[in-house]
Amino acid sequence: MTAPLIQIDRLSKRFQSGGGIFAKPRAMMAVRDVSLSIGKGEVLGVVGESGCGKSTLARLVLRLIEPTAGRVSFDGTDITALSPAALRKMRRRMAMVFQDPYSSLDPRHTLTEVLAEPFAAQGEPLSPDRLPEMLAAVGLPAAMAASHPHQLSGGQRQRVGIARALALHPDFVVLDEPTASLDVSIQAQIIALLADLRDRLGLTYLFISHDLGLVRYFCDRIVVMYLGTVVEVLPDTTAAPRHPYTRALMQSNFAPDPARRRAIEPLTGEIPSPFALPPGCAFASRCPRASDRCRRETPALGGDPAHPVACFHPL
Amino acid sequence: MTALLDLQSVSVSIGKVALLDGISLSVARGQILGLVGESGSGKSLTAMAAMGLLPLIGGRVTQGAVRFDGQDMAAMTEAERRKLRGGRIGFVTQNPMTALDPVQRIGEQVDVVSRLHLGLDRKAARARTLDLLTQLRIPEAAAVAEAWPHQLSGGMKQRIVIAMALAGEPDLIIADEPTTALDVTVQAQIIQILGNLVREKGVALMLITHDMGVVAQICDRVAVLYGGRLAEEGAVAPIFAAPAHPYTSALIGCIPQEGMAKGALRGIPGAVPSALAFPTGCRFHPRCDRASELCRSTVPPTDPRGDGRVACHHPGALA
Ligand SMILES: Nc1ncnc2c1ncn2[C@@H]1O[C@H](COP(=O)(O)OP(=O)(O)OP(=O)(O)O)[C@@H](O)[C@H]1O
Ligand SMILES: Nc1ncnc2c1ncn2[C@@H]1O[C@H](COP(=O)(O)OP(=O)(O)O)[C@@H](O)[C@H]1O
Ligand code: SF4
Ligand code: SF4
Ligand SMILES: [Mg+2]
Ligand SMILES: [Mg+2]
Repeated sequence: MTAPLIQIDRLSKRFQSGGGIFAKPRAMMAVRDVSLSIGKGEVLGVVGESGCGKSTLARLVLRLIEPTAGRVSFDGTDITALSPAALRKMRRRMAMVFQDPYSSLDPRHTLTEVLAEPFAAQGEPLSPDRLPEMLAAVGLPAAMAASHPHQLSGGQRQRVGIARALALHPDFVVLDEPTASLDVSIQAQIIALLADLRDRLGLTYLFISHDLGLVRYFCDRIVVMYLGTVVEVLPDTTAAPRHPYTRALMQSNFAPDPARRRAIEPLTGEIPSPFALPPGCAFASRCPRASDRCRRETPALGGDPAHPVACFHPL
Repeated sequence: MTALLDLQSVSVSIGKVALLDGISLSVARGQILGLVGESGSGKSLTAMAAMGLLPLIGGRVTQGAVRFDGQDMAAMTEAERRKLRGGRIGFVTQNPMTALDPVQRIGEQVDVVSRLHLGLDRKAARARTLDLLTQLRIPEAAAVAEAWPHQLSGGMKQRIVIAMALAGEPDLIIADEPTTALDVTVQAQIIQILGNLVREKGVALMLITHDMGVVAQICDRVAVLYGGRLAEEGAVAPIFAAPAHPYTSALIGCIPQEGMAKGALRGIPGAVPSALAFPTGCRFHPRCDRASELCRSTVPPTDPRGDGRVACHHPGALA
């Protein structure tokens, strides 16, 4: 692998919610003890179900929120220790595309104003000749600059989100489910655009999705999360899963081929509440391989460093 | 097989806007029909038409007929249609939250369906409810029946909505994107459960989905809609083996598959047209790589193909 651009070390985030006159405050670990690295030019995928901590991890990596513990280094610099001024300077090199193209663009602004935001954050003006270039890079006509987000389709809005992220020529872009709210036809367009941009601009991506099929198509390595922890890192897109949860995710993806119909080994059991995780492996309540040990002890991510898995009875 | 639900060349308008144009499709008992297309292609409107619910959104059937079990829905009184819905026709919506009353316990909400439509008493209705919850693999059914909607996960809530759709012993279930809002592992489970129940009970299912993977996995037949028209319809195996309509084949090509080369996923260029500005001729022509002058000027006729139909001037060959 190339030299890591991003190094994540034992990162954790604890959230407290509720509290007040009637409710007792409750705490949960949205991200627990996550360590990862992302090589220059790599596309690292993060996959997992709703609430498993993907967006929280994304925001931690860009230090949009403060970690409870752990560090993130960007190109050798510990960004969790940077002063606000130094962090702002560093932010030029990192950007994010958000999950929801409907709420991440201010409806009152024209596209010109939306695309000027990253420049304003750095105290710079947006030069008028950059604008058509930015729109063209994501396949939008220059004439659209005066439009408002509500005049655009979902796919066009997400293209604007991508143009905004690329405004300051970043090295690293976090893509938080950039296609989750789009039709598959438009999703494929956006994925093709992201691939082209990576090739042309030499970008490094952290690509978040709940769709393992999509992640396997688009990413180089794949991190599988379950309830705040990393349970497996697949070294490439063809690696066979070793964690029972990864296998369940794979089986949940139906191939568009009636000749490959199959019975799904249904996951029974419920997902435990993140506020009251039982002892042991968090997946034990749904795992067909769970043993007594799984319900007592928590498996750590380990084994083959190229393909680590957190499971006592891996496949 | 005789059709239980039969749409014969149904056109639908809301106000002056024509949204569906001559849709014909049918579902038989024990059969699963997948209804697919991008958002805005007319899937939900087709479902509303099939249930006689168009007046609710100010719409009406302007041409053609909807028949349920041989009877023309338009000739029924609204009271008769209301009796069908929830009774012989069960409905599952995309968002379980809108289908459940937040201030009523789960069990009571399911009970009421069989009390109303099957005339069961309280005790019998509850027994039936618990039986249904168990069939839907809900653990501790009795405890869940006493719970409030907000205490359940999304996947659990959707199973309750399916239980409600089944409670009136329907002959037909119409499910409009029943798993879109759910996590993938839960989606797979619910699709599987729904499919098995339909086969066991011999119910007809019209399953609306945008996922060609789901269609391939559980449907017997598929109807592909585009721009308010039927593009292609037929048995699943031959259509996936050799889609005749370029739109069908493009939709299948949008799904990332194992072993697909990087760059192979290109999507469909452009976007679904608005009903206010449908293209002339074949409505798919601005996005179609096979489009000819004929396609731009002339609406393609719907021709038989295999045991199905296709509406395209230049259809692909049978496998
Ligand atoms: N600001 C916050 N305060 C309290 N809890 C939070 C906050 N942000 C996230 N959480 C909780 O942390 C957990 C992880 O949330 P996160 O948004 O990272 O999940 P996700 O994997 O991105 O899910 P999705 O697929 O639904 O986007 C969830 O249980 C969520 O409710
Ligand atoms: N209540 C409504 N009023 C006006 N137009 C509508 C209404 N519902 C749907 N439409 C239009 O009808 C077309 C088909 O919509 P719909 O059946 O909801 O599509 P799908 O379910 O395939 O996403 C779209 O162009 C949509 O904008
Ligand atoms: S540790 Fe045990 S419960 Fe957890 S995934 Fe492995 S086998 Fe299943
Ligand atoms: S009729 Fe013409 S434009 Fe329409 S789908 Fe067929 S080939 Fe394409
Ligand atoms: Mg998220
Ligand atoms: Mg719909």
